[in-house]
Amino acid sequence: MQHGKYRFIAGFLGAPLALYVIFVIWPFIQSIYYSFTDWTGLSPDFEMVGFDNYSRMLEDQIFWDSLGHSLLFALLLPLVTLGLALFFAFMINVGGRRRKGAAIAGVRGSSFYKVAYFFPQVLSIAIVAVLFAFAYNPNEGAINGLLRAIGLDSIQPQWLGDPDIAIWAVMAVMVWATVGFFVVLFSAGMASIPRDFYEAALLDGASRVTTFFRITIPLLWDTVQSGWVYLGILALGAESFAVVQIMTVGPGGPDYSTTVLVLYVYQTAFRDGQAGYATTIGVALLVITLAFAALVMRLGRRERLEF
Amino acid sequence: MKITDTPPADVGAADRPPVQKATVTDPARKRRDVSGSTLNVFSHGVLILWAFMVVMPLLWAVMTSFKDDASIFESPFSLPDKLHFENWSRAWSEAHMSDYFFNTVIVVGGSLVGTLLLGSMAAYVLARFDFPGNRFIYFLFVGGMSFPIMLALVPLFYVLKNMGMLETIPGLILVYIAYSLPFTVFFLTSFFRTLPSSVAEAAMIDGASHTRTFFQVMLPMAKPGLISVGIFNFLGQWNQYMLPTVLNNNPENRVLSQGLVELATSQGYKGDWSGLFAGLVMAMLPVLAAYIIFQRQVVAGLTAGAVK
Repeated sequence: MQHGKYRFIAGFLGAPLALYVIFVIWPFIQSIYYSFTDWTGLSPDFEMVGFDNYSRMLEDQIFWDSLGHSLLFALLLPLVTLGLALFFAFMINVGGRRRKGAAIAGVRGSSFYKVAYFFPQVLSIAIVAVLFAFAYNPNEGAINGLLRAIGLDSIQPQWLGDPDIAIWAVMAVMVWATVGFFVVLFSAGMASIPRDFYEAALLDGASRVTTFFRITIPLLWDTVQSGWVYLGILALGAESFAVVQIMTVGPGGPDYSTTVLVLYVYQTAFRDGQAGYATTIGVALLVITLAFAALVMRLGRRERLEF
Repeated sequence: MKITDTPPADVGAADRPPVQKATVTDPARKRRDVSGSTLNVFSHGVLILWAFMVVMPLLWAVMTSFKDDASIFESPFSLPDKLHFENWSRAWSEAHMSDYFFNTVIVVGGSLVGTLLLGSMAAYVLARFDFPGNRFIYFLFVGGMSFPIMLALVPLFYVLKNMGMLETIPGLILVYIAYSLPFTVFFLTSFFRTLPSSVAEAAMIDGASHTRTFFQVMLPMAKPGLISVGIFNFLGQWNQYMLPTVLNNNPENRVLSQGLVELATSQGYKGDWSGLFAGLVMAMLPVLAAYIIFQRQVVAGLTAGAVK
């Protein structure tokens, strides 16, 4: 029996583990090793160069630019997205007119809002990026067309072509695409908060704004916090790669004004043929991602004790 | 869904109160004793505005896909003069959207079956058997959820190249499975722990082997969990952009999201905007249709992934 058990475990765990180690774990370990080499990725020969790549990275202006944009995304995207989502979710679940016998009520049509808001979440980020790249087009796009249609001919920004605006235009698209998911998530959380809490607070004369900050937010804090980490990782990784690579000219924006770390890794490795240096930037990205997650968890814990 | 529940009068009330005053004050006065009526109007206004911002770009894309090129620019917001279905057939065949579609179905189909099978096998063993290294392997899998994929992509490119699987569909399927495993194993492990062990024990006493117990008893019982994690993986894999961009540059094997970006770039030069929009809507429709039909399961599947 015992023998059979181990054979079964080995048989069941073997294939998934092998696949995972070959395609995920092993490349991760390799990338740390490659970050100390001058590997081009094009030829099999390379040499160990110690910390050369790291010191080069510290003097690389494009690295610092991309780092700045990545950090801006990681901090601002969760702030705006989660803030909007909390606001909408509260409106949907608590903002309704009070009916007889109920302390709080959702607005009418709340299920319609939840369905509609979730739409962008099921779309590929590539589709979203292509759609908005067209909408932002300064001459032919819908946004400037709309501005003209309402008589604001004088305001015709270049959007993605203007180094000062491009990064905000890109971030707006990311917010657009992610808010709905959190509206639904927070709505589910709010629905599970006992009604008595609101009733008690409202009887004591609390306003709705007070109930929002004193009841809803503290009780949802765990969900908000994991949403923060999740969004931060998205903003540092795959999502920002797709929007910046597809939407901005270059890609990376006019004068690298929208480039992000993950895109810079890609360009360094596959466009510039500097695989060793690219993995160095990748290691920096890993450190930042882990530090970000740890920081949010830590700040979140302190915040929670206040209530 | 209660689309008819959103009274259009409230849009007007929120957007331009002075003009509409006469029509709005009357019902408002009736409600005045009911607290929260101002908030109600305000919240409806804000909510409708965002709903508009979310739905309009999508409807606009659908509408534009039926227009000819000239009217896209001359009157971007008017309805098409007639339905130009030739945009769709041009995008489907000439711009190869049909090929990309077919590739995506194969890649996602293969990856999804593989992910669910391998993921549930690993999760079952990790959840229900005690053996040395169990915790270590579990954390090895789960740890993969927090790493930036991009770091591994550079070496992964060469791993695949050395195996001769770069730019092939099987290679892409294996990579999709491997990168879907962390979350799948994490989710299904906690799911298998919640299943009663008495049923499995009864099957064992009746003489079923471990393998047979898994496939005939435990897997059917895990169906709700498999559906949730299956939807999560389906959307993630169908919408994947970064992995195929790096690992799959062969034009023959492009998936939908890549093909669309390619189309956007090349149509930009050719000026075939109506064809681009037809392709865009084509790529968008399957998931939107699936979402509208299976709305409840999609939301449950995706949010289950985020909370736990």
